[in-house]
Amino acid sequence: MKKQKNKLAGLQRRKAVSGYLFIMPFIIGFLAFMIKPLCQSLYMSFCDVQVESGSFTMVPIGITNYIQAFRVDPEFNRLLVEELTRMLYNTLAIMVFSFFVALILNQKFKGRALVRAIFFLPVILSSGVMLGLESNNSLISIIQASMEENASGVSITDAIQTILRTAGVGTRAFEKVFEIIDNIYDVAIASGIQIIIFLSGLQTISSSMYEAADIEGCTKWESLWKITFPMISSLFLVNWIYTIVDFCMRSDNEVIDKISTVMIEQINYGFSSAMSWIYFIIVIVFVAISSLIISRRVYYYD
Amino acid sequence: MTKAKHKKSNDFWERNRKSGGYLLQKRIMTVVLSICRFILLFGMCFLILQPILNKISVSFMTEEDLYNPLVFSIPEHFTTDNYKLAAQLMNYGKALKNSLIISLSIAVLQITVCTLVGYGFARFEFPLKNFWFACVMLVILIPPQTISTSLHLHFRFFDVLGLSQLIRGETINLRNSVLPYYLMSATCMGLKNGLYIYMIRQFFRNIPKELEEAAYVDGCGTLKTFIRIMLPDAKPILTSCFLFAFVWQWTDGFYSKMFLGGTNLVSTSLSRIVDSLGAYMQRILGVKTTISVAYSNAILSTGTLMIILPLILLYLFAQKGFVESLSSSGIKM
Repeated sequence: MKKQKNKLAGLQRRKAVSGYLFIMPFIIGFLAFMIKPLCQSLYMSFCDVQVESGSFTMVPIGITNYIQAFRVDPEFNRLLVEELTRMLYNTLAIMVFSFFVALILNQKFKGRALVRAIFFLPVILSSGVMLGLESNNSLISIIQASMEENASGVSITDAIQTILRTAGVGTRAFEKVFEIIDNIYDVAIASGIQIIIFLSGLQTISSSMYEAADIEGCTKWESLWKITFPMISSLFLVNWIYTIVDFCMRSDNEVIDKISTVMIEQINYGFSSAMSWIYFIIVIVFVAISSLIISRRVYYYD
Repeated sequence: MTKAKHKKSNDFWERNRKSGGYLLQKRIMTVVLSICRFILLFGMCFLILQPILNKISVSFMTEEDLYNPLVFSIPEHFTTDNYKLAAQLMNYGKALKNSLIISLSIAVLQITVCTLVGYGFARFEFPLKNFWFACVMLVILIPPQTISTSLHLHFRFFDVLGLSQLIRGETINLRNSVLPYYLMSATCMGLKNGLYIYMIRQFFRNIPKELEEAAYVDGCGTLKTFIRIMLPDAKPILTSCFLFAFVWQWTDGFYSKMFLGGTNLVSTSLSRIVDSLGAYMQRILGVKTTISVAYSNAILSTGTLMIILPLILLYLFAQKGFVESLSSSGIKM
C-alpha cells in the first residue's frame, strides 16, 4: 500500500516536471521580457532618464512625472478622458452589434457562407497599420464632409434627430446613440472576432432545448431571452474583455500615439513610462470592475 | 408537373382554411423576415466592402479624374501608373520578400511555442499552475505599449547576466536587428501570443482523457503522445492560429516599428508611403512642392491594395481555416 502511494507520487512528480518543461518557454519569456521590463518601466516612471551614447542613467525624482502628466501636460488629461469614453460606448456598441449579427448568421439561409466570409474580412483587412491609415484617410473624410453638406437633413439619422428634437425628447441621451450609428463602420470592422466567438457559442446550444420551449408554447422572442441569452452569457465576459484589450492596442488610439511620440521623438523615457502606467492602471481597474459586475450575472449551465 | 404543383397550391389553401388562416400568416411572416434579413445583411456587407471597392476605383484614376466631379467610381482616364509609382515608392518586391520571410518564420515559431505551452497548461497538473495561467491572462491584458519604453532600452543595451560586459567591455546594441523579436517570439511574448496560448489550451482541454491514457498504457512517452496523438487532432485550431499569427504579423505596425525598423517590410513602408511620395516628387521636380491631398491619398489607397492583395488571396484559399475551424472548435470559458 505504502509503496503504491509512493509510486503514484513519483508519477505525479514526473508529470509535474514534464508540465513545467512544456510551459518553460512561457516562464522564461514572462520573467525576461515581461516582468523585468514592467518593473523597470515602473521604476523609470519615477525617474529622470538620460540617454547618452553607450549607457543611460536614471535619477530618481519622485512623482514629478506623474504630476507633469496630470497637471502640466496640456493634452494628456483631455486625451485620456476622450479615449476612455470612446472605449466605453464603442465596446457596448460592439457587443450589441456582434451579438445581433451572430444571431442572424446562425440562422439558415442562402449564401450564408459568403456573408460569413465578408463579415470576417475586417479581421484581416483592418488590423495593424491599416486601421491607422483608414482613419487618416483625409480624402474620404473630405468627400464625406462635402456629401453631408450637400445632403444636410437628408440623412436618416439627421431626420430622426430633427423629429425627436421637435417632439421635445431630450437630445443629450440620443446624441451618443446617433454618434455610434454614424460610426457604424468602425463598429462593424472592429467586431469580427467577437462575432466568431458568439457564433461558436450559439452552435453549442443543443436544439432540443429550443424544441422543448417551442412545445411549451414559448415564442421566439422569449426563447431568445430565456435560453440563448443565459447559455452564452459567459461569452459576453470573454468578448467584453477582448474588446477592451483590443481597443487599448489599436494603433489609432490617441493616448498610445502620444506615448510613443514622447518616447521616440522627444526621447523622454521617464515621462512616457509614467503616462503608460497611468493608462495601464486605469484600463486594468476598468476591466476588473466591469468583469466583476458581468461575471455576477453569468449563468453556468453545468 | 403543373398538375402536381397546382394540387400542392390547392393543398396549401385547403390547409390554410383548415388552420383558420394560421398557415398563411406564418408563411407571410417567414417571407417578410427573410426579406428584412436580406436587406440588413446586404447593407452591412456593402458597408464592409465599400472602402475596398472605393480604393480599387481610386487606384486606377489619374490625377485629373480625382478632381473631376463628374467622375464617379469609374475612371475616365484608365491608368496603372499609380501601381507602378506605389511599387517603386514602397520598394515593393523587396518588401514583399522580407515580409513574407519574417511573417512566415515568426508565425511558425510563435505557434510552435504556443502549442507547447498551451498543451502544458491543458493536460498536466503541476504546482502553481493557476498562478502561471493567471500570468498568461496578464500577458493578454497588458498592452505592449506599457513595456515598450523599457524593452526599447533593454535591447539597446542588451546583456545576458553581464556576460558581454565581462568579455567585450560593453553591452550589445540589438536595436535594428531582427534577433530580439525572434527571441521574444520564441518565448511567447510576441504579438497577441497570450491569446493563442489561451485558444490552444481551450482546445486541448476538450480532448477526452482516455485517448491520452490509452497512449500511455501502450508505452508512449509524454513527448511521443503529444506528437503522435494530440497534434494531428489539433490541426484545425493550429491552422486558425497560424493564419492569425501570419496575418497579424503581416499588417503589424507596432512591433515592426520597434524591433524591425531596419528591415524593409510592407507594413512599415506603407505607413511611410506619403512621406516618400513627397521626397520622390522633390527629387524629380527639384523644388519642394506640396502634393495634393487627393493624389497622395490615391497613392496610399493603391499601396494599401497592393499590401492586402496577398492577404485576400490567402483568405480566399483558407477561408474555411479562418472561420469554420475557429467556430467549430468552440472557445469556451
